[in-house]
Amino acid sequence: MSTNLITADNLAAGYREKTVWSDANFSFGRGEFIAIIGPNGAGKTTLFRLLLGLQQPLSGTVKIFDAPPTRGNTRIGYVPQRHVIDSDTNIECLELVRLGLSGKKWGFNPFSNKERDAALAALEGVGAAELAHRPLGALSGGELQRIFLAEALVSNPDILLLDEPLSNMDLRRETELLHLVNDVVRSRGVTALLIAHNINPLLPHLDKVMYIANGRVATGKPSEVLTSESLSALYGVQVEVLRDPHGNVAIIGVEEHHGDMV
Amino acid sequence: MIDYNLLADLQQMWHYQFMQHAFEAGTIVAIIAGITGYFVVLRRSAFVAHAFSEIGFAGAAGAVLLGIAPIFGLLLGSTMGGLAISALGRRAKNRDTQIGIVLAFSLGLGLLFISLYTGYATEAYSILFGEILGISSSSVLLTLFFGLVILCAVAVIYRPLLFASLDEEVAEAKGMPMVFLGTVFMLLVAVAVSIAVQIVGVLLIFSLMVTPAATAQYLAKRPQIAIIISVLISLIATWSGLFVAFYTPYPVSFFITTIAFSLYLIVRFVYPRIRPARITQTKYEGIRK
Repeated sequence: MSTNLITADNLAAGYREKTVWSDANFSFGRGEFIAIIGPNGAGKTTLFRLLLGLQQPLSGTVKIFDAPPTRGNTRIGYVPQRHVIDSDTNIECLELVRLGLSGKKWGFNPFSNKERDAALAALEGVGAAELAHRPLGALSGGELQRIFLAEALVSNPDILLLDEPLSNMDLRRETELLHLVNDVVRSRGVTALLIAHNINPLLPHLDKVMYIANGRVATGKPSEVLTSESLSALYGVQVEVLRDPHGNVAIIGVEEHHGDMV
Repeated sequence: MIDYNLLADLQQMWHYQFMQHAFEAGTIVAIIAGITGYFVVLRRSAFVAHAFSEIGFAGAAGAVLLGIAPIFGLLLGSTMGGLAISALGRRAKNRDTQIGIVLAFSLGLGLLFISLYTGYATEAYSILFGEILGISSSSVLLTLFFGLVILCAVAVIYRPLLFASLDEEVAEAKGMPMVFLGTVFMLLVAVAVSIAVQIVGVLLIFSLMVTPAATAQYLAKRPQIAIIISVLISLIATWSGLFVAFYTPYPVSFFITTIAFSLYLIVRFVYPRIRPARITQTKYEGIRK
């Protein structure tokens, strides 16, 4: 019995015809905040699909709680990548959050007070109690992400998978949401994996970073992974990691030919 | 003759057996259409529901040709259509083109059956526009049976279906049987459409399957409340349609569609002006646009 919630050994992912990435080794413990970055199409969402049991590894092993991932694992909360809910969806937010708890149950029990209270508590936990009775279609992108987060957290998961929750968000909302996720990670001991385009706003909160590009996966502390030496060694080509005086990083040299196998 | 005494008028109307049957079948269909219609609107499957009724038309016309009750042809045609559209895949609701192609072919086939049929042309007319006043007691029983089947099925799959309709991706990741749910839903709509066609006909199916639910969505934000309102609206449209039609020379379907449409217009355009104003500002988000 290891203390790690998620472990991978020589993991390779992809489809029958094409390997997306391979030789991934990583382990994540309880209460860690991990960012997953890399170019479009590098296989970031593919990793989530493996963890959710929606896709099988090509080779190697991946384990969650010392067992292979299975579809419908209630210990994982998931917020998929998506754009918006139709603006004419006139269903209140509370209902969606409640479905996060009871949507799998067969039979008719729409008036359970226990579920309603749990959903309200989840909304409160993400600072969205005021949105409970607002229609989903009337929310802004930032508000919707809070609702999706509450929907994922309402069943008290141990692992949170967030697929690009920061896209289409302005800087202030981005910062707000990151603080919120960080609070959830620290206060509940949830392990959060967050896919993002830009690593910089995440850097103050992160325990680990996973960089996926050109068929390779680099994992570790941001200060160890995001260096010219480690990325150059991993990819076998010259990669430059530039840092500005504020600690922001820019990675140069991998993005140009993403999708190629190195 | 109407004498503007509601009780006496109703008694006079229910004196006739065909009116009793019409009210019985109409009530069952209104309840079923109001419930399934909510999910049709939520899942944006209105076009699919329309396709079912037109595929059902070919089935009904074929049944008439063979001397069988049209309802069996409708059920066969629309459930086959339901299975076929489910087989197209999860994204069936986006397959407008394929559905449209099958729909046009079905109408053509129905036309052939009707022209081969040497009996009265009124058969085609009643399939297209409904024939609520010609419902037999055995049809009422059949409608009741299928109505109960749909009611039970919806009660069982209510929450998973709502979840899958509202948040497909999360529902799938949670291990919900999406293909199964989609197929069951399609079959429920197919059967609901088939029994509703008896009342309003193939071409006016939306007046019971879409309009009441679309109206209800503006009035309630909780699905179970919206479904109840949707049922009430289709009941009002059906009952008052039958009542008005009994005392006028015009078709029932016309009144049902017109009442449903009027309620929609009122809720859409008049209700927002008279509804109490809401405060849309929230605490932590500050002033919104």
